[in-house]
Amino acid sequence: MASVVVESKPGAKPNLEVFSATLQELATTDRDIVVVTSDSRGSGKLVPFGKKFPEQIVEIGIAEQNLVGVAAGLASAGKKTFAVSPACFLTARALEQIKNDVAYSDNPVKLIGISAGVSYGALGSTHHSLHDFAALRAINNLIVAAPADNFETEEAIRQAAAMTHPIYLRFGKKNMPLLTTDPNNGFRFGKGRVISRGPDLAFIATGETVQPALEAAATLRAEHGIEATVISMHTIKPLDTTLLREVAAETAAIITVEEHSVYGGLGEACASYLLQYGYGKPFRIVGIPDEYTVTGSQNEIFNHYGISGEGLTTTALDLLGK
Amino acid sequence: MTDKELAQRSNHYRQNILKYIVKAGAGHTGGSLSCIDILNVLYNHTLNVSPENFRSPDRDRYIQSKGHCVEALFVVLADKGFFPESDLNTLCRYRSHYIGHPTRKVNGVEQNTGALGHGLPIAAGTALAAKMDKKAYRVFTLMGDGELPEGSNWEAALTAAHYKLDNLCAIIDKNTLQISGPTADVCNTDPIDEKFKSFGWAVTHVDGHDLQALQTTFDRLPFEKGKPSLVIAHTVKGKGISYMENVLSWHHGVPNQEQYALALQELGETVL
Repeated sequence: MASVVVESKPGAKPNLEVFSATLQELATTDRDIVVVTSDSRGSGKLVPFGKKFPEQIVEIGIAEQNLVGVAAGLASAGKKTFAVSPACFLTARALEQIKNDVAYSDNPVKLIGISAGVSYGALGSTHHSLHDFAALRAINNLIVAAPADNFETEEAIRQAAAMTHPIYLRFGKKNMPLLTTDPNNGFRFGKGRVISRGPDLAFIATGETVQPALEAAATLRAEHGIEATVISMHTIKPLDTTLLREVAAETAAIITVEEHSVYGGLGEACASYLLQYGYGKPFRIVGIPDEYTVTGSQNEIFNHYGISGEGLTTTALDLLGK
Repeated sequence: MTDKELAQRSNHYRQNILKYIVKAGAGHTGGSLSCIDILNVLYNHTLNVSPENFRSPDRDRYIQSKGHCVEALFVVLADKGFFPESDLNTLCRYRSHYIGHPTRKVNGVEQNTGALGHGLPIAAGTALAAKMDKKAYRVFTLMGDGELPEGSNWEAALTAAHYKLDNLCAIIDKNTLQISGPTADVCNTDPIDEKFKSFGWAVTHVDGHDLQALQTTFDRLPFEKGKPSLVIAHTVKGKGISYMENVLSWHHGVPNQEQYALALQELGETVL
């Protein structure tokens, strides 16, 4: 099954590494690129950046509120500031700083939530960020995005560096194979990427869950003759409602997939839009239910909650009544 | 500006703070009156900032952490020509940009503030950017003594010392009262000077209503090379209006017409 996945696996890296490498490249020619960390340069794969550009990295220590406040100050004075911290701490501990100092004051900080979702696996719920989409979607003037693969990550970092308004990006630690090698399938914030097309069903997934959606699509095609559309909806806000309307019209059912609580994330964003648009076809939200997760690695947690090729195949068949 | 002119400005500002709070029917009266002499000296003596250079990357920055005392900031910005004073007739009115806390929609405001404990981290970041860019501008932030229990202040106090931000000056408007009562009773933060010194700051005390002393103090910045500076300004909440001074209910009390008339009578005429 899943020939797409097998073919594209060589060379796959964690998005975090791509983030760090891209930032180093940008910093080589742009002295205004500044990274701010909260004792997180190791987990953010930023040790090489720190060695190469000691004048462009600001260590705050373990103090996320201050991390974001200082980043806002740097950004207000023209620094292209990447505030890097584990997503769980960055978006909960420093939520008020994100709201006021970054979004409300419109200081163009690039907030980078590392080891997002359940990347920290068995470290437990203190280290999981299953609330960040929900919390940040409700804050005005903030783009919220979760690039899926190495290509989307590199593009997201390059485009974020040039942005003059705030943005939040989250990444995980897993190796992420390319979703597609089509050079014409570009990346732009706010525009979802269509990875495959099929009329029977659409998976609208984000971040590291696009990969299992692709695997499910391959299984559904090979074993059940079901042709599925797969969308990488990397930008949670602003949501690509044009694409959403197109998918709603052209497919028979929709399943959203995310490494986030089923409350307040991609699924509910799509549901909210689609309901008001008059959508009436089968619809299902797959994510982490309203509970502190089962203990396990990211993969084990994904499998447990059906965020896997197999789990999504089962959900699809159930939704289609097959 | 001569000492006499500066003193007249303070009087004018106090009249305007009361005028526009009465007109809006809302405002933080006591705290605006306690910090107005500090703002007067900053904007008329110390800061290199004006409507002409406000977009220049080299301007000095003033970030008001105690955002609720926005009336003090607005009357000074209006006087400096950042916007027509008549704009303040819309203070807190439907669709006005002149709301109860500073926002960047108002010309001259550096940062949106209002939640406490936010000014110092942003000021530290801005001062750090100046160091990185080898620029000479300075960054000032005004905090209330009541907001010191916010932990983010102490996080930023560490950062400012760690990065030797001697281009940063924090001022504490120590009027000793907050909404629930005396600051010493709500959560005692004294001795503030010893705490900041132990964090690596250079600290000085000043009478926050002595215009000459304030000028001299700011002229001495930085107090010590390689250290951020803290000015503990000892002030009186409600300063200048006898029945408001040190009276808790004037934290956000609004004078009625009779009280307003009495206040104006106490302030007397301003000759600008």
